[in-house]
Amino acid sequence: MSVTVRAVPASAPLRRRNPVLAFIVAQPLGAAGLLVILAMGTAAIFAAVIAPYDPEAIDFLAMLQPPSWAHPFGTDAFGRDILTRIIYGARTALTIGFFSSFLGCTLGGLLGTASAYFGGVVDLVIQRFVDVILSFPIIVLALVVLAVMGKTSVGGIDVNLIFAIAIPIIPRAARVIRAAALSVRAMPYMDAARAGGYSSGYIILRHMAPNVLAPFLILLTAYVAQAILLEASLSFLGLGVSEPKPAWGLMLAGDSSNFYREAPWMILFPGLAISLAVFAFNLFGDSLRDWFDPKFHS
Amino acid sequence: MTRQDVSRRAVLTILGLGALPNAVLAQGTPQRGGTLTFAVAAEPPTYDLHQTSTFAVMHRVAPHYSTLLCYEPGNYPNIVGDVATSWEIAPDLLTYTFRLRPNVRFHDGTILTSEDVRASYQRMVTPVPPVTSNRQPAFEQIASIETPDPLTVVFRMKQVDASILDTFASPWNSIFSAARLAQDPNFPVRNIMGTGPFRFVEHVAGSHWVGQRFDGYFREGRPYLDGFRAITMSPSAMVNALSGRQIMAEFRGFTPNERDLIVRALGDEARVQESSWMLHMIMTINNEKPPFNDARVRRALSLALDRWGGSASLKRISQLGEVGGMVRPGSEWSATPAEMEKWPGYGRNMAANRAEARRLLKEAGVENLTLTLMNRNHQPYVTAGIFVVDQLRQIGVRAEHQQVELAAWYAAQGSGNFEVMIDSFTQFSDDPTNVLVKYISFDRAEIAVARATDRELDALFDAQAKEIDKAKRKQIVRQFEARAMAEAHAVPILWWQRIAVMNSRVRGWSMAPTHMIYQDLRDVWLAPEKS
Amino acid sequence: MIRYAARRIALMVPTLLGVAFLTFFMLRVIPGDIVEVKLRADGGHVTEEILHRERARLGLDQPLPVQFGEWMKGLVTLDLGNSMWTGRPVKEEIGARIGLTLQVAVMAAIISVLIAIPLGTISALFRDTWVDYVVRIFTIAGLAVPSFWLGMMTILMLLTVFHWSPPVTYTSFFDDPLQNMAQLIWPALAVGYRYAAVVARMVRSSIVEVMREDYIRTARAKGVFERLVVSRHAMRNALLPAITVIGLEFAFLVGGLVVTEQVFNLNGIGRLFVEAISRNDFVLIQALVMLLALVFVSMNLVIDMLYGVLDPRVRYG
Repeated sequence: MSVTVRAVPASAPLRRRNPVLAFIVAQPLGAAGLLVILAMGTAAIFAAVIAPYDPEAIDFLAMLQPPSWAHPFGTDAFGRDILTRIIYGARTALTIGFFSSFLGCTLGGLLGTASAYFGGVVDLVIQRFVDVILSFPIIVLALVVLAVMGKTSVGGIDVNLIFAIAIPIIPRAARVIRAAALSVRAMPYMDAARAGGYSSGYIILRHMAPNVLAPFLILLTAYVAQAILLEASLSFLGLGVSEPKPAWGLMLAGDSSNFYREAPWMILFPGLAISLAVFAFNLFGDSLRDWFDPKFHS
Repeated sequence: MTRQDVSRRAVLTILGLGALPNAVLAQGTPQRGGTLTFAVAAEPPTYDLHQTSTFAVMHRVAPHYSTLLCYEPGNYPNIVGDVATSWEIAPDLLTYTFRLRPNVRFHDGTILTSEDVRASYQRMVTPVPPVTSNRQPAFEQIASIETPDPLTVVFRMKQVDASILDTFASPWNSIFSAARLAQDPNFPVRNIMGTGPFRFVEHVAGSHWVGQRFDGYFREGRPYLDGFRAITMSPSAMVNALSGRQIMAEFRGFTPNERDLIVRALGDEARVQESSWMLHMIMTINNEKPPFNDARVRRALSLALDRWGGSASLKRISQLGEVGGMVRPGSEWSATPAEMEKWPGYGRNMAANRAEARRLLKEAGVENLTLTLMNRNHQPYVTAGIFVVDQLRQIGVRAEHQQVELAAWYAAQGSGNFEVMIDSFTQFSDDPTNVLVKYISFDRAEIAVARATDRELDALFDAQAKEIDKAKRKQIVRQFEARAMAEAHAVPILWWQRIAVMNSRVRGWSMAPTHMIYQDLRDVWLAPEKS
Repeated sequence: MIRYAARRIALMVPTLLGVAFLTFFMLRVIPGDIVEVKLRADGGHVTEEILHRERARLGLDQPLPVQFGEWMKGLVTLDLGNSMWTGRPVKEEIGARIGLTLQVAVMAAIISVLIAIPLGTISALFRDTWVDYVVRIFTIAGLAVPSFWLGMMTILMLLTVFHWSPPVTYTSFFDDPLQNMAQLIWPALAVGYRYAAVVARMVRSSIVEVMREDYIRTARAKGVFERLVVSRHAMRNALLPAITVIGLEFAFLVGGLVVTEQVFNLNGIGRLFVEAISRNDFVLIQALVMLLALVFVSMNLVIDMLYGVLDPRVRYG
């Protein structure tokens, strides 16, 4: 789960008139990634319309069927359509991926900015905290957090799972944002602002926040990918999403580990779905970083 | 090879239980020698059979110990002597006198006497801290244990107990050395020293457990094997290991699909033995949580389950098997299918069942019921959970399926912090007292986790426990089941099927409807490898 | 240098103490305890009183600060306690499994270095050409494919194509290297791909960066062969970030094998951890978390020290 981001001022991409077009021209791979993300997002939102079957209903008459016209990706041991479960699974993956990344990056961003702005004891305390959390292997931390909080879902969303995935992101985001904020802090206009008697809150919002926005966005994208992977791993271990809710990692666990030798479609397609989603987010995140980095435009 | 070929070939190698009572003899002339390697799915938490109830201990430790009585190999549930040669039961059924074999040796060379039997049983009847006993409730009726001479043990009972012979034949009631127990009451927790057919060699945590033939074993010419090696591995690895001839057996059971994979890999070198299993899945409803204190709501949940349909399909993909009541289907105590169909939720007309379920929910004022279904995150529990969620949805009940870690699951079960849970129950014998205890009042048995109070059930339970006449006892068991099904504090979902798959070189092992017995391996031998 | 090292080691103490504190108290909030799993499993029929007695025997009835103090005392004297499940010393439980996990991690590291360094270098040299694009897609895919899925697909491939499956029981490399490799090479490859991808990306970007620096331009202007420039100057300076990543990822891998060990049925630290979690074996979980944290913190220290050796520009203050 290592993401490297350079701290850069958010000025570079505004040179052309149409930034979307400019992005596509400069970063075709990233644009392709974005396209995949948008397609998956659309599928997730309109799952009920697109998906041919009910994702949770058991159909004993259609158990373990290989891919066919009726079931393009085959069916699982309960006769549930795998394509349908992958489409609904996108909903689970994207929701958990986005919210845990957002939560982790936001909390990490706040900590990092505070650490950089206040310095001194605040910085020291936050940095020790960051060190401690970083010392836990990610999956181990998520496992323990989930074991402690249990599984609770609110309105069908696994809130505790989102927390468990967000927590390892916090210190990593805090590190990066702190570095970005430190470089801003050294700028002369910060002294001017402070001398002008503006409150800390104002200075952070007005001057620091816009400058850490670029690394924040890059981090956010990159960690959505990591969060999707982590959710898949946790669900695979039986600690994430619960059956019969459709989730990609879950589709690789349980019966699949029993049947995949004779029904390989049960693991092939969910695995591809995870890989494609993470791939797309990584591609887009990478390009976003290059795009924001002025060195790559010289 | 297609699926059908596989199952046809599997069927050819199946030894139907009961079809061949002398299966042991039908396997050729036993030969000496060889090491049996078999797989066990979990690590043992202790070496002490008195203080545990997990197969992870049984499958490794049973070959090292003897018991007072045992089930006759190949002829379950007939009981014969193990270290006892004969026994007498007083006419009032309150005194049991056992004569012991004179030549039984411990692995350290000492001779087994009645004192060893007394000390071992006393340890289970009245454990002195720090010893704990998992068997205490089963021994409630034992008043005293006497040893008039070195080869005679006398058990005196407080009350008639119809199940006591099964208790004496329990594979858990291993006999330890009285001298070792006197030195350290917890000696068996970390050490192995018994009178069984194999002596202990080593246990490497997470890896393997090794036993070696005990030449001083009291049965002449046994065991046949030079030794055994129990390897710890996950169920999915066992399939590969058996297929690749890296192990020769596993004694708990496989799923139908795993069976097919192994049979496909080994061909006629695979031996498949199938039976029903003394293990069943239960939907436990917490009687303390409204609206589940209302019998109508509970009965509606039970009515929602299409047990016959579920059985037909789920037994193809999982270890779930037959439809049954509270005692094992196919056992001498079981109800017939016709009798079962009268219970709520066992009728064949599912449309009618579901309509009735909806009506009951409406009458109870909880039409759009949502509930949390607590479950553990292992197979086949998850399979049962998915099935129940789907079935409940068909009567308009939304169940949120919560799959948690084992420890968290036990915590929920113990604290009553659940609404409905997927539970299971296993025992080493079909004896009704052993199994019906799961369904009585909570204040009578801590494992009756539906937390109900039902004195009528308790009275029926007590009545059958004392009834020596089998036909009459069976009658009471029927009454108990009818009452328990109508009240639906906890209801059976499906019973498990036991599918033992091993290499056909393994001979002399007896299949049984429980994986806890016949594991001392004394009659097991290895046929020569095919060239 | 020695003073710096001493200070860094001293700084490890509060971090590890924080990990210990957090782990200990988080674990005590988990519902359920091992006693119930141990005694109630498989239809065990035990009374509350027996549960209490077993809890007392394991020391679970003591007040939390006392339990924490006991544990700390043990840690200082290197006594990690006994597993609450098997009753055997935690040291033995871990000792029996750490070899396998370390071997897979080391093999994955070797695989990753062998793949990543040439790939990253080529990608940087041919920046923005189709070669670079192919390599980048290959490496981004490495970050995207879950290694446990890759493992399952590998097993599936071996079974369908070669009708062969890797051995399931562990043989020490020193007893039978071939048998050992036949089992462990597959998980090493499955996690090695991701590892290689991370390292290759780092190698690429640091070479790109270094190539822009003035002394490289000077070297080029002087007419030294491009290849020489790359191997001599660029490689050496690009090595540092690569080493950092190799080290950090290695530390992560020891903890990150959890899922992959499950797929390949490896009896390593990861599986021990998952089992300990499922049974709430506090003593074992605590010890494992401390071990993994120690590996991580020490790896960081080693990397920092290496910087000093390899890069004379780094000065220790």
